[in-house]
Amino acid sequence: MANEGLDKAVSGEYALGFEIDIETETVPPGLDESTIAFISKKKEEPEWMLELRLKALKKWETMTEPHWAKLDYTPINYQSISYFAAPKEQIDSLDEVDPKILEAYEKLGISLEEQKQLAGVKVAVDAVVDSVSVKTTYSEELEKHGVIFCSISDAIREHPELVKKYMFSVVPMADNYFAALNSAVFTDGTFVYIPKGVRCPMELSTYFRINALNTGQFERTLIIADEGSHVSYNEGCSAPTRGEHQLHAAVVELIILKDAEIKYSTIQNWYPGDENGKGGIYNFVTKRAICEGDNSKVSWTQVETGSAITWKYPSCILKGDNSVGEFYSVAVTTLAQQADTGTKMIHIGKNTRSTIISKGISAMKGQNTYRGLVKINASAVGARNYSECDSLLIGSNCGAHTFPYLESKDTQGQVEHEATTSKISDEQLFYLRQRGITEEDAVSMIVHGFCKQVFSQLPMEYAVEAKALLELTLEGSVG
Amino acid sequence: MSTVMKIENLEAKIGDKKILKGLNLELEAGKVHAIMGPNGAGKSTLSKTIVGHYDVEVLGGDITYKGKSIVDMDAEERALEGIFLSFQHPVEIPGVNNAYFLRTALNAKRKYEGKEELNAAEFLRLMKNHLEMLGMKSDMISRSLNEGFSGGEKKRNEILQMLILEPEVIILDEIDSGLDIDALRAVSEGINKMKDGKRTFLVITHYSRILDYIEPDYIHVLKDGKVIKTAGPELVAQLEEHGYDAIEEE
Ligand SMILES: Nc1ncnc2c1ncn2[C@@H]1O[C@H](COP(=O)(O)OP(=O)(O)OP(=O)(O)O)[C@@H](O)[C@H]1O
Ligand SMILES: [Mg+2]
Repeated sequence: MANEGLDKAVSGEYALGFEIDIETETVPPGLDESTIAFISKKKEEPEWMLELRLKALKKWETMTEPHWAKLDYTPINYQSISYFAAPKEQIDSLDEVDPKILEAYEKLGISLEEQKQLAGVKVAVDAVVDSVSVKTTYSEELEKHGVIFCSISDAIREHPELVKKYMFSVVPMADNYFAALNSAVFTDGTFVYIPKGVRCPMELSTYFRINALNTGQFERTLIIADEGSHVSYNEGCSAPTRGEHQLHAAVVELIILKDAEIKYSTIQNWYPGDENGKGGIYNFVTKRAICEGDNSKVSWTQVETGSAITWKYPSCILKGDNSVGEFYSVAVTTLAQQADTGTKMIHIGKNTRSTIISKGISAMKGQNTYRGLVKINASAVGARNYSECDSLLIGSNCGAHTFPYLESKDTQGQVEHEATTSKISDEQLFYLRQRGITEEDAVSMIVHGFCKQVFSQLPMEYAVEAKALLELTLEGSVG
Repeated sequence: MSTVMKIENLEAKIGDKKILKGLNLELEAGKVHAIMGPNGAGKSTLSKTIVGHYDVEVLGGDITYKGKSIVDMDAEERALEGIFLSFQHPVEIPGVNNAYFLRTALNAKRKYEGKEELNAAEFLRLMKNHLEMLGMKSDMISRSLNEGFSGGEKKRNEILQMLILEPEVIILDEIDSGLDIDALRAVSEGINKMKDGKRTFLVITHYSRILDYIEPDYIHVLKDGKVIKTAGPELVAQLEEHGYDAIEEE
């Protein structure tokens, strides 16, 4: 019985599917050396970067797309994608940003305009539309603290020594098929450097927007936390509603030195496609962090509600002694969405600790897979891991799958794994409805309860956003 | 007398089984009605039918509440209109904070009535007195809804919800089953506190103990899907002595 109402409750309309009406410059579809040369030239890159890109392209051409994940999708034709799109006008200051872009960001709930005045809670924003960064706010104030927060294109030109040293150091150029593709064609993304001993004075945020038709988005993010520093970084993303699939293949590299900490939060809300699997973003992302120094810490928090296909395993290499890796994830699959996501915790240093909290929610025809690896090397004496993977099913046509892998060479290592699968029962929904709570609110109440551990890791403003997003995704047209 | 709810010739089934077979019952506003009857007679089915539970399919007859038929009304609307059911077996909902749930339910009702919503502080103040009266530990409201609650704790939590939501027609399905002596007294006190001459109670029970506390105005005997007898409180003693078989359909 209740299924009909439930489906209605969980087939939330995608609210961010509008298109920004601006003039865009796009390269014709296709990928070869000339495409790479074009991108590199557009970005006014130095020769060394072009050479690295071409090397990556050569490697990519020898590789094949991986198919081990539990994902089922129509093959991607890499020659039919356009690898560069940019709003036509060049932008130097916020005043020059096309008002239509500002308006679009307002709609997304991110007011670049406000960023100029906002006191109190400060969030510095880098906004990326298609292939270019349109505006980074607060750069000057950050500069005072020696923090570098700019687009990766700017960093390549202005901080070549840092880029050369760290880019490809965590995710090697040919790490995997999608990373190799990204290394060749990455168009923009964010670069952050926090100097020794600095606590970044504000939250840093990047907002990615795929806008142009038939383009892929390939951003690259590189964050370096020098010794004793601290930064909290957030990314969000969305895309217009389109009947065709669009490819998003990003790479994120985090380097955390001695006593430093990076907190990285993602709210992923790419267009999910419709209930028949038409349209939606193919999201193939490689995210990896290395805790290089002793006592360093990295924390990944992700709330994944969008995309038709998600292939994503934010990982932590715990190299420094006493370093700590954390992974908190909520992945929602509804409509015909499929997600294969999880993490890898590689313990190398002594007394390294990792925590994995993964919450998968499946509704309608959604398929949700957790895939995680905890690897404890012989050197990682005293390493500890705690993993918890919980799945929540809404309705009976969806699925949840859990694949935890463990490789331990340290016999003293402590590894704990817990997994649960539960269903929202009609009896639970009825109980709440008998108390005057609507079915939609009842579903979202149960879902929020299920996600609490993860939401509590997000910075305040983003926790609110994540809750609202979950409501939109699961509640349909409430309110 | 004024009738708040009238059930006429009600026929209903669960699955393929017809359970209510032409049931008639009138609830007088402001009074306490007790329903007694053998196991499997259809008492819980009647209460589920009144609140619009999805298990039950109404085959015939009608239920009117304040003069309007409610058989086609959504469950949440019936609740917001003032009909409350304390479940025989309250369900556990992991991860949903009890206080948050209670406040959401209360605010849904206040909103429906065009009243302002209560903020967290106001709500906690309201809650504090009730908790004390029911002898509930304050950690009960910060735990997940009914999760790991003992049988008696679940029943107290149902009464807490009743006190907070202040419904007009209150159906208590075996609220007294599984309660210890102190809990029975606390729960009865909660019920008596809600008696104001306007609210109406439908108390389903197998035992006379709770009836000693809450002093019903009417006793209805439900047997094989029908109400076969309605009388004053003196009927309880007779039932205790002779059992249901001795009752003749009126
Ligand atoms: N979901 C169900 N599926 C099948 N039969 C059901 C279902 N729910 C109730 N019944 C049947 O309907 C009949 C009436 O059940 P009901 O729960 O209304 O009885 P009751 O009078 O409340 O009994 P008790 O005093 O034991 O609580 C019983 O025979 C029961 O087995
Ligand atoms: Mg019963």
